[in-house]
Amino acid sequence: MIIDPEVVTLSRLQFALTALYHFLFVPLTLGLVWILAIMESVYVMTGREVWKRMVQYWGVLFGINFAMGVATGVTMEFQFGMNWAYYSHYVGDVFGTPLAIEGLMAFFLEATLVGVFFMGWNRISRVKHLLVTWFLALGTSLSALWILVANAWMQHPVGAAFDPQTMRMEVTSFAEVFFNPVAQDKFVHTVSAGYVLGSMFVLSISAWFLLRGRNVDFAKRSMTVAASFGLAASLSVVVLGDASGYAVSLNQKMKMAAIEAMWHTEPAPASFTVVGIPDLDTRTTRAAIKVPWVLGLIGTHSIDETIPGITELVQDAKLRIGLGLQAYDAMLALRRNPDDAQAKAVLAANDQNLGYALLLKKYVDDPRQATPAQIQQAADSTIPNVPVLFWAFRIMVGCGFYFIVLFALSFWKASRRQLDQKRWFLRLALWSLPLPWLAIELGWIVAEYGRQPWAIEGVLPTALGVSSVSAGQVWTSLGGFVLFYTLLAVVDALLMLKFVRKGPDGLGIWPSADSAATH
Amino acid sequence: MFDYTTLRVIWWALLGTLLVAFAIMDGFDFGVAGLLKLLGRDNEERRVLLEGIEPTWEGNQVWFILAGGAIFAAWPLLYAASFSGLYLAMFLVLLAFILRPVGFNFRGKVHDPRWVSLWDWVLVASGVVVMLVAGVAFGNLFLGLPFRFDGDLRMSWQGGFLDLLQPYALLCGLISLSMLLTHGACWAALKADHAIAARAVRIARWATLAYAVLYVLAGVWLAYGIPGYAVAGPAVTDGVSNPLYKQVAVGGSWFAGYLQYPGFWAAPLTALAAAVAVQLLVGRRGVGGFIASSAMVGGTIASAGFALFPFLLPSKLDPRSSLTVWDASSSLGTLELMLGATVVLLPLVILYTGWVYRVMRGRVTLADVRKSHGGY
Repeated sequence: MIIDPEVVTLSRLQFALTALYHFLFVPLTLGLVWILAIMESVYVMTGREVWKRMVQYWGVLFGINFAMGVATGVTMEFQFGMNWAYYSHYVGDVFGTPLAIEGLMAFFLEATLVGVFFMGWNRISRVKHLLVTWFLALGTSLSALWILVANAWMQHPVGAAFDPQTMRMEVTSFAEVFFNPVAQDKFVHTVSAGYVLGSMFVLSISAWFLLRGRNVDFAKRSMTVAASFGLAASLSVVVLGDASGYAVSLNQKMKMAAIEAMWHTEPAPASFTVVGIPDLDTRTTRAAIKVPWVLGLIGTHSIDETIPGITELVQDAKLRIGLGLQAYDAMLALRRNPDDAQAKAVLAANDQNLGYALLLKKYVDDPRQATPAQIQQAADSTIPNVPVLFWAFRIMVGCGFYFIVLFALSFWKASRRQLDQKRWFLRLALWSLPLPWLAIELGWIVAEYGRQPWAIEGVLPTALGVSSVSAGQVWTSLGGFVLFYTLLAVVDALLMLKFVRKGPDGLGIWPSADSAATH
Repeated sequence: MFDYTTLRVIWWALLGTLLVAFAIMDGFDFGVAGLLKLLGRDNEERRVLLEGIEPTWEGNQVWFILAGGAIFAAWPLLYAASFSGLYLAMFLVLLAFILRPVGFNFRGKVHDPRWVSLWDWVLVASGVVVMLVAGVAFGNLFLGLPFRFDGDLRMSWQGGFLDLLQPYALLCGLISLSMLLTHGACWAALKADHAIAARAVRIARWATLAYAVLYVLAGVWLAYGIPGYAVAGPAVTDGVSNPLYKQVAVGGSWFAGYLQYPGFWAAPLTALAAAVAVQLLVGRRGVGGFIASSAMVGGTIASAGFALFPFLLPSKLDPRSSLTVWDASSSLGTLELMLGATVVLLPLVILYTGWVYRVMRGRVTLADVRKSHGGY
């Protein structure tokens, strides 16, 4: 059965939109909750009321955002089954487990405690409330850990093997799945990005208060926390981003080559293209500015290993399609006769390449009947969208370095107690607010769009993963998501603005006299 | 540790347990939300009702997320076939699950009666939709669903959302609705200020009555009007998870399992006895009525699961494509690991959930609501 390409496109579009949307809220939750935990710890240690008020004020904004994160998170879980049924069947044995453990270990913890966080202030002691906040924070980060274990397996599917009887991937080693090196790097990189966003959120809004001369004492303390946490987080996000890049170059060579628009293998150590205009048709990068050695050093952490280029990787893919076809043939033989020893041997030797044969399903019902032209077409389809990846990556990395500079500056100003001295600095802090969101969304694009055409790298092409639903059904749900998500985005933004404008003084959380008193 | 057959039965029981836990824990939130306009006559009364569920609904909802995750991990074919086949029904449920969290949070954030009323209706609708659709979907299981698998185990489905609205399935939808409205009313009787609690008691009594009549009717209809499915020949219980390796006979009775394992009768009897207990206990406005309605919910779902056993998702289009406990599970290793994770982590969940309920215990009064700033 040839799959309806319209359903594939719509399902991908819907997944990308809902994931990018969900990912606006989750990183802010991840970061803000630790800032709340830090503030409340100071409150419990010093007993000074202002710190409790800070937790309560930032907590209101956290609550609005948390609700949006929860609401849009359910979509992600539903969507695998609704729109990616064959994917769910094909890898559920492996991929479902970290998701289920996420619910059991992490999401339960955060969701159960969040009510007490908001409504338990007068019902439990200070220390117990602090513990609730800490466990809430722990829950959110653990949640990210398990989701990224699942995602890392999509990037680097270890610890599993194909079973021709059940027609799916089955786990061979959970230890390999859980301790996937890609997962470790991705986890720290992603939560750090969330911490950067949370810090920027507090920094920017506090800067706005200071520009208005409101809640001065409150805002300066908030800014100090954000600057310290943000500096540590932005350093971590870049360092672990490098580790992530190293992992990509080891395991997803095509993604690496696409990010770098490296059309051909260069002698080691490869040069790094700072900017340029990648052209898919001619497979060249125009107006490239290159720095010698840098890519080789980052990508291989050595000076003598080469990084393969796109053209060579397409040749490699073509070879693997040939081997994959042998595996495909053996799989069909085993379905007819599970005891066929020769077919077993062929499949065992080539099952790493089976996914490459499945790439042909897009063009022909039986991959074994594919023409050489179709095989070439399938091999070429392993190139992701080079210009998008090239630029998304560069903007993301540029933002990352900018965050280090901004938070270092803020930290320096905070330690010299000069946070409210220079208006240009406060304006800079305020207008930097959208940048972490931009970097985070681009990071998602690099990781997920960069994996295309694969849903599971080298194992399952995205186009094969879809459900057997009609295009009309997906149009309906996609339309519904666009409508409701847009409405919710407007409401969310208006509520956030309303509570930022009101500020701790307007909400009665903090006396407005404070600003006058400290001046 | 356990063999494949035993693990599959354990995971079938765990699947049922998670669904029951979801229906009990989140069911009363849906019930209260569905009754919001009926039980609460003005904004303050509705706030009493909402503050009775707000501290805990979020954790309760995770039972649903976890049930979904556990189906994905332990019964991937079931997850794939049901979620994609019931596409638009699932989308409706999903919308309810998207709008409910923001409804709870956003409702009190703007003090405009139109704003508040809008979110009240959103909460009512989200409650009613989930209660009805869940029942309709469950009812369709007994009628069989229109799907088949090809050799690659890719599923195709013939039919749309409207085909789900069969008379028997609609009856099951009403059972689900009356059952969870009862359950929500029992919670309100326990948790809300006395004026509202008295109203909740009356609603609980009527709703249980409706539930009991409909439940018995559905049982009789199932026994005499709907053909059951059975695995033909000796069932291979520890084979590979491929539904196409078996044959299925249609035309028997869904009560065959009840004849084979008389212990199954405990479930429907519990449900009916619990319905009587609700009538007797709900008037005391204590925890007794709520425990009774919980037992009613548990007994009802278990009775349906027992009737279906060993089927999970029967197919009327191609009966041998039906998913059963014996051919839709994950691999042995995954079932084992997931069981280990559940045994270690679930008691912790129950422990801190219990602690949260203890911290947030007590009746929410109108005076409380007037004092608080809407809290959340």
